Amino acid sequence: MGHAFAGRFEKIDDYRWKIPMTYMPGMRVPGIIFSDEKMLKDIIKDNAPQQVANAAHLPGIVRASMAMPDIHWGYGLPIGGVVATDIESGGVVSPGAVGYDINCGVRLMRTNLYEKDVMPYIKELVTALFSKVPTGVGSTGKINVNYREEKNILVKGAEWAVRKGYGCEEDLEYCEEGGAIKGADPSQISDRAYQRGRSQPGTLGSGNHFLEVQVVDEIYRKETAKVFGIEKGQIAIMIHTGSRGFGHQVCSDYSASMVRLLAKFNIEIPDRQLSCAPVASEEGKNYLGAMRCAANYAWANRQVIMHLTREVFESVFKENAASLGMRLIYDVAHNIAKIEGYNINGKIKDLCVHRKGATRAFPPGHKDIPRRYRETGQPVIIPGDMGRCSYLLAGTQSAEETFYSTCHGAGRLLSRTLAKKMTRSREISQELADKGIIVRCTGRETLNEEVSDAYKNVTDVVNIVQGAGISIKIAKLRPIGVIKG
Amino acid sequence: MRYEQIPHTADLAVKVYGKTVPEIFENAAFAMFDLMGNITRGSLKDTKKIEIDAPDTETLLIEWLNELLYLSFETQALFSVFCVRSLENNKLRATAIEQIPESGDLIQTEIKAATYHDLKIEKTESGYEVTIVFDV
Repeated sequence: MGHAFAGRFEKIDDYRWKIPMTYMPGMRVPGIIFSDEKMLKDIIKDNAPQQVANAAHLPGIVRASMAMPDIHWGYGLPIGGVVATDIESGGVVSPGAVGYDINCGVRLMRTNLYEKDVMPYIKELVTALFSKVPTGVGSTGKINVNYREEKNILVKGAEWAVRKGYGCEEDLEYCEEGGAIKGADPSQISDRAYQRGRSQPGTLGSGNHFLEVQVVDEIYRKETAKVFGIEKGQIAIMIHTGSRGFGHQVCSDYSASMVRLLAKFNIEIPDRQLSCAPVASEEGKNYLGAMRCAANYAWANRQVIMHLTREVFESVFKENAASLGMRLIYDVAHNIAKIEGYNINGKIKDLCVHRKGATRAFPPGHKDIPRRYRETGQPVIIPGDMGRCSYLLAGTQSAEETFYSTCHGAGRLLSRTLAKKMTRSREISQELADKGIIVRCTGRETLNEEVSDAYKNVTDVVNIVQGAGISIKIAKLRPIGVIKG
Repeated sequence: MRYEQIPHTADLAVKVYGKTVPEIFENAAFAMFDLMGNITRGSLKDTKKIEIDAPDTETLLIEWLNELLYLSFETQALFSVFCVRSLENNKLRATAIEQIPESGDLIQTEIKAATYHDLKIEKTESGYEVTIVFDV
C-alpha cells in the first residue's frame, strides 16, 4: 500500500524509538515507539510507523504520538497506538483512533480450583462452555432486548447485567469505570446501532475474541499476586470480547459524519480514517456520548459471559460460584477514548486519551482503582495467542509518560491470509491438543488464522513494557481450554 | 480480474479494479461479500435499491460498502450482483441482489466495516483501481 514508512528511527534508549517531527510536514509532535531493537525489525516491515506519524498531525496532540510494542498496521491509528489531545487548546476526538470494536477488552476471573482439580473435567468444561456461550460471526444470544431495555444497557453497562441476575454487586467494583462510564448519551445512537445491538448482549463474536480456561504458570511478584488473588497452579478464566455489532455501527456512523466535518473545523490530516472533531464541539461531545454507550454495552457483554461461565463451572463441579472462589480480578478496556487529567508543562490539563489496542495501567495509589489494589497498582490483563500464554501485569508510576498506558496483547505478525496459507495442511486443533490445550471453535478457518505463528510472542512484548518501566509482570497464565468464534 | 486480496497484518485489504468508476463501486461490493462468504453458488432473491450521497467519490465508495454491510445484517443475507444505475455529483443510485446460500454458514468471515484508510481511486492505463482496508 501507499505511504510505506520511509523514515529513520532515532534511538532514545533500549526501549524507545523516536520518529522526529522532520519526518513529515505537519507533524505537531514526534512519534515514539516502545520496542527493543529485535522487535523493531518486524515493526519496520509493516506500515504501522507511518500511521504513528500520521496521528502526530491530530490537532491538540500533546507529548508524542505513541505506540506500544504490540504495534501493528491498522487503519487510522495503528493497533497499539496511544494519542492524547489537550481539550482546552482545540484537542480532537477521532472515532478512527478508538476503532470499530469500541471497548474491546479483557476480564480475568480467579477460582479456588487448581490444575489437578480441573484436568479430569477439561473436555467436559470446554464443551459445556462452548454450548453455553454463543460464539461465531454474527452470533446472537438468549438475551433479546427491546428499545427501552437496550437504552438501560447503554447507560448502566455491567450494572444492567448484575440487576438482571448476571453476576453480583462486587463484580462492578472490579471493572474499569465500575463497568459503566459516565456521560453515555443514548440519544446520539442511530436506529441502526440499536437494531444491531438488540440480540447480541452476552455473545463472544469471532476473530481474535476468546474465552480461555488458564493455569497460573508462573508468579513473578508473590505479594502482588496474593493481593490479586492468585498463586501458582491455580485456575483462572480470561474473557476477550467487545461491543459487537453495536460498537461497529457507532464507529461507522461517526466516522462517516466526521469525514464531513473536516472542512468545517479546518482540520488537515493525512488519512481520512483519522477524521475527527474538537472534543469541546457539539459533534465531538456527541461522538463521546455515543462511544460511551458502546463501551457500556461491552461491559454488559463481558459481565453476561462471565456469569454464563460461572454457571458452567457450577454445573460441572456441583458447587456454587462463590464457594469455587470465582471472583473477578479486573476488567480492562483496550479500545477507548477517556478524559483524564495530566500535568502538561506544569499545569493539570484535561486530555482526551485515545487507546487503540492499548491498556490503561494506573499506578499504586491512584484514586480510580479499587481499594484492594491501591498498594499494588491496577491489574493489567494481556492476552496472548491461544497456543502460548497470557500475562497479568500491574501499573507503575513511571507510566505517567504514556498517560498510564501499556500494551494490550501479542500483536499480529502475519496477515490472516498468510497464516491460512502457511497452515493449510496442518490440523491446528490436534496440534493444540498435543500441547494439552483443548479448543472448540465455530469458524472453519478461525483456528488457522489465529495460529500462534501469526502473532508476536507476547512474552517479548511484556518484557519490553517491563523494561521500559510502564508496567510490571505479576503472573504468567497458560491456556488449557479455549473457545473461539 | 475484479479484485485481488493483498497482505494486511491485522485486517483484510483488497485492490479493486474497474474500467470505469461505477465498475469500481460494483467490484468493490463484490469483493467485500466474496470475502465474507460463498456468493458464487446459490440462488438470487430480492433486489434492494440504494441511494446515498457523500462529499466526494472516495467517501461515497466506503459509504456504499457500509450501507450494504448494514443491509446484509438487517436481511441476514449476502449480496452478489451489483448494478450502479447512476453516479453523478457524488450521488449514487444502485441496486444489489440478495443471495440465498446453498448450505452451510452464511457468513464465514465477519467484516466489521469498510474503512477510509489511505483511500484513493487512481486512474491507470486500463481504467481505475483502489485499495480498500476492511476491519475484521
